[in-house]
Amino acid sequence: MTAPTTAQPRARGGRAAGPARPKDRRRRVQHPWAIVAFVAPFAVMFVLFYLVPIGVAVWQSMLVVEREGTFGAATEVFGGFQQYAIVFQNEAFWTSVARVLIFGIVQVPVMLGLALLFALLLDSPLIRGKKFFRLAFFAPYAVPGVIAAIMWGFLYSPNLSPFEALTSQVNLLSADFVLWAIANVVTWVFVGYNMLIIYSTLLAIPPDIYEAARIDGAGQARIAWSIKIPLVRPALVLTAVLSIIGTLQLLAEPQTFRSFSSAVTSTYTPNMTIYATSSIPNVSLAAAFSVVLALATFILSFTFLRLTRRKGAQA
Amino acid sequence: MSTATGPDATSTSPAVNPRALARGGSAPTARGPRESILSRTGAMLVMAIFTLYFLVPIWWLLVASTKSRGDLFSTNPLWFADFQLFQNIAGLFSYRDGVYLRWILNSILYAGFGAVVATLLAGMCGYALAKYRFPGRETIFNVVLGGVLVPATALALPLFLLFSRVQLTDTFWAVFLPSVVSPFGVYLARVFAEASVPDELLEASRLDGAGELRTFFTVSIRLMFPALITVFLFQFVTIWNNFFLPLIMLRSEDLFPVTYGLYAWNSTINQFPELRTFVLVGSLLSIVPLIITFLLLQRYWRTGLGTGALK
Repeated sequence: MTAPTTAQPRARGGRAAGPARPKDRRRRVQHPWAIVAFVAPFAVMFVLFYLVPIGVAVWQSMLVVEREGTFGAATEVFGGFQQYAIVFQNEAFWTSVARVLIFGIVQVPVMLGLALLFALLLDSPLIRGKKFFRLAFFAPYAVPGVIAAIMWGFLYSPNLSPFEALTSQVNLLSADFVLWAIANVVTWVFVGYNMLIIYSTLLAIPPDIYEAARIDGAGQARIAWSIKIPLVRPALVLTAVLSIIGTLQLLAEPQTFRSFSSAVTSTYTPNMTIYATSSIPNVSLAAAFSVVLALATFILSFTFLRLTRRKGAQA
Repeated sequence: MSTATGPDATSTSPAVNPRALARGGSAPTARGPRESILSRTGAMLVMAIFTLYFLVPIWWLLVASTKSRGDLFSTNPLWFADFQLFQNIAGLFSYRDGVYLRWILNSILYAGFGAVVATLLAGMCGYALAKYRFPGRETIFNVVLGGVLVPATALALPLFLLFSRVQLTDTFWAVFLPSVVSPFGVYLARVFAEASVPDELLEASRLDGAGELRTFFTVSIRLMFPALITVFLFQFVTIWNNFFLPLIMLRSEDLFPVTYGLYAWNSTINQFPELRTFVLVGSLLSIVPLIITFLLLQRYWRTGLGTGALK
């Protein structure tokens, strides 16, 4: 397997290989106790902290609270899809979904475009001091989202900013700009991380692939466009899927920005809506929001994987 | 499996990546047409401008942390004034009985200890999935792979509901326990184990009479070491940056990780302006452990990133 492939075909290949094995070798599993000892610790934790919570969320989202009077004892009873009906009528939630989608449509391509550009430049003979640039560009990844948001929040604030010439002209924390101010924070943190993923993929490409192109007189730009970019497609798909998941889950940065900008409401992103709803508290509705959001994330990243794969197959 | 992407591609077997080797030497390699000065200058200019973009905010934080509250507003934001860094740090450490140090310690416990346990669990599971044939192997792997796509924040609320039933919310365990599960770690460990632990070695070890567990802990774990470092780092960063879980689980200040503590302070800055300096110095200091970890282990995680992307 020399051609880069994504995770899915691997898993499939593995499954397809299973039944092809001779029967007598499959009948008796060797070292069963060792297998249990290796797999069980992870499996138990995975079930407890991944599968059971998903089940709990689905179950909780089906419950409704009934009270006797305003302050009477609350009892939870099964209510079917009642919470989901509320979710689908909740305008604030869908506004927040639309907001992160617009955010993602702009921010993800910009970030991945920059990451690709930097990776290609690092991989080209045009650059000196590669090690320095690699570290400098990656450094923001060591800054947690909350801290990055605090830093940039100060940098955007007119009275503290080193870029007063800009911040006194344009209020980056106003309703018109704050979404893009947050997009800049996310881009700042993650460009270097994505750059490294793409760059590592470029390093793994055997150099003789470029020989023919060089003999034909192709320059660096041409080699990058016609050879390197098609070869790093799997890495681009991976970073895109991770970024899509990240975008829909946006929480730490906008939540932190609430202390800098009144334009960021408590339901600014879907995850903030979930948090706000859960602390009202209306856990059943919050659970329904969670389930819808998790499904949306799953479907979106899965669809993206499928679409890019089909395109790749045609090419 | 492409050997070029194995865990030791850049560290121990450079032969699989001749280009990396060629680059290390100073001899000019065949480059075809020489690149024009124009494109060289253009490329360097792009890199220089973005270096400023990435580093100026961190530089600003460093400078701001050295200033007194008054100087913060009245002096050049990008250059030092009266140097007060150590007074500021002392102030931060003694504020409210040193709660900041407590937060740093909590973060190190959550992220350090959590990532060690996560790495061990993921390493063992991935190793078993790579090296043993048993029914349900692919099913387990596919379920775990699906787990990679489940966003951690989607789990935070149901975990809260679960923990509140067993009275574990607002405890250390509420943040720690969910952090020890790393589906991505299992996936990486499996890929690495397939690439770097030869079956012949396991057979030889069995012939010598070593048990399976012993073989894993004395032989295989060493071969998988670069992979395990990568898993550790991924999980360390994930836990260190985790925001939703502490936000939803914790009420007692004593249990906060440092990022959440700083978030809490930052939210009350308008009522308590003296916190501004502490938030800035605290942010600067909180970045240091991660930067040190990255620098110490960068040889390993760079390889890991590439493998994760290729498979």
